[in-house]
Amino acid sequence: MTQEITLFITDRDGKTHQVSAPTDMNMNLMEVVRAYELAPEGTIGVCGGMAMCASCQSYINSSHLLPKQSADELAMLAEAFHVQENSRLGCQLFMTPDLDGLNVTLAPES
Amino acid sequence: MIKSDILIIGAGPTGLFTVFEAGLLKLKCHLIDALPQPGGQCSEIYPKKPIYDIPAYPEILAGDLTERLMEQIAPFSPGFTLGERAETLEKLEDGTFLVTTDHGTQHCAPVVAIAGGLGSFEPRKPPIDNLAQYEGNGVAYFIKNPEQYRNQHVVLAGGGDSALDWSIFLSDVAASVTLVHRRNEFRGALDSVEKVQELKNQGKISLVTPGEVVGLVGEGSLSAVQVQTERDLMSLKCDAFIPLFGLAPKLGPIANWGLEIEKNAIKVDNSLDYQTNIPGVYAIGDVNTYPGKLKLILCGFHEATLMCQSAYKRIYPDRRYVMKYTTVGGVEGFDGTKKEAPKAVIKSID
Repeated sequence: MTQEITLFITDRDGKTHQVSAPTDMNMNLMEVVRAYELAPEGTIGVCGGMAMCASCQSYINSSHLLPKQSADELAMLAEAFHVQENSRLGCQLFMTPDLDGLNVTLAPES
Repeated sequence: MIKSDILIIGAGPTGLFTVFEAGLLKLKCHLIDALPQPGGQCSEIYPKKPIYDIPAYPEILAGDLTERLMEQIAPFSPGFTLGERAETLEKLEDGTFLVTTDHGTQHCAPVVAIAGGLGSFEPRKPPIDNLAQYEGNGVAYFIKNPEQYRNQHVVLAGGGDSALDWSIFLSDVAASVTLVHRRNEFRGALDSVEKVQELKNQGKISLVTPGEVVGLVGEGSLSAVQVQTERDLMSLKCDAFIPLFGLAPKLGPIANWGLEIEKNAIKVDNSLDYQTNIPGVYAIGDVNTYPGKLKLILCGFHEATLMCQSAYKRIYPDRRYVMKYTTVGGVEGFDGTKKEAPKAVIKSID
């Protein structure tokens, strides 16, 4: 059976949404946000998910062990704004069973 | 005044392919784009990335796709207004449209096709409180005239190609060049990174890494930037600060043209011809929305094709026409060229 995981996503207006995401569709966090329309189209995933625009920057609030950032993600975060210690690009975080319960906040639009 | 049959706003893949489909119908196109080169996102954001869902191309680089489209539409001699943003749309008394750019260039056409993607590309501005106050007084996001920086002390910020390239260029012009970046690694072309290293070794470029410009100082015009490094907050005297953090698309002035907007996109009639709520104005490609919309290049091509047939009927309401296959009719360019299938060789059998 396909495993769905639960995520807690706080949108740019400060509202927290509990959503579920499949782990067998190669979906990333940015796509989950778009699928649930938690940020207006055109303000997230602008580059389509190539780690080239930082419009999906998210702050990770929970202590999940995340995959290491790729060179592309690190380079983009170094040119993004409002970056914090716990910043990640949503498009680079893929939905896997061990991310169940992940708690994130979308970074401001820039 | 630049006149055409179809005025296309946006020279990305959808806008470019529109020229081809219009050309088959003998309609002449002119394109406006805010970027200085055609290709839209394909050339600006990801020219070196492969695309895998263009029919019959198992893999093609976005930059190569742009080049192929330019080659395909060349026979139809499209006009280009590049580096200018379409600012206003006005309907004239004769039913045609007047589109004026931010440079004041006027374009007139009976049909307007908005193929604007996610909007026009605008510089990403760092969140520094008083940044806007110094725009034009020391702060610039583009370098239009490098001579303006002769003998000036210039601070640039960013870690990509434009930050590297302009640092290299200005090191010959400015009194001093300082490049600030949040990390030691740069993601520009390798030879640019090496060149900056060389100029740094020669003392022609100062690097502040990791560092971030967090404040601007100056009475009236800029006199210094404040740079946060790992160790401290330092002040760098300068005449100019040029943040180069790339470009991001914004829907921009199109949003004020009286078009129905939904989800940052223009609503169109997808059951018919991708026309907007303003008859004669179409929206195709990523810029439009309708139930089931997918922002794919191949969908943009399809939309452009249907839209051109509708545009033809709008321009020539009394003419009857049926679509002709290129395999049958060939491609007759406006430049006098003609491509057509070779005639079959008929040989008799004894």
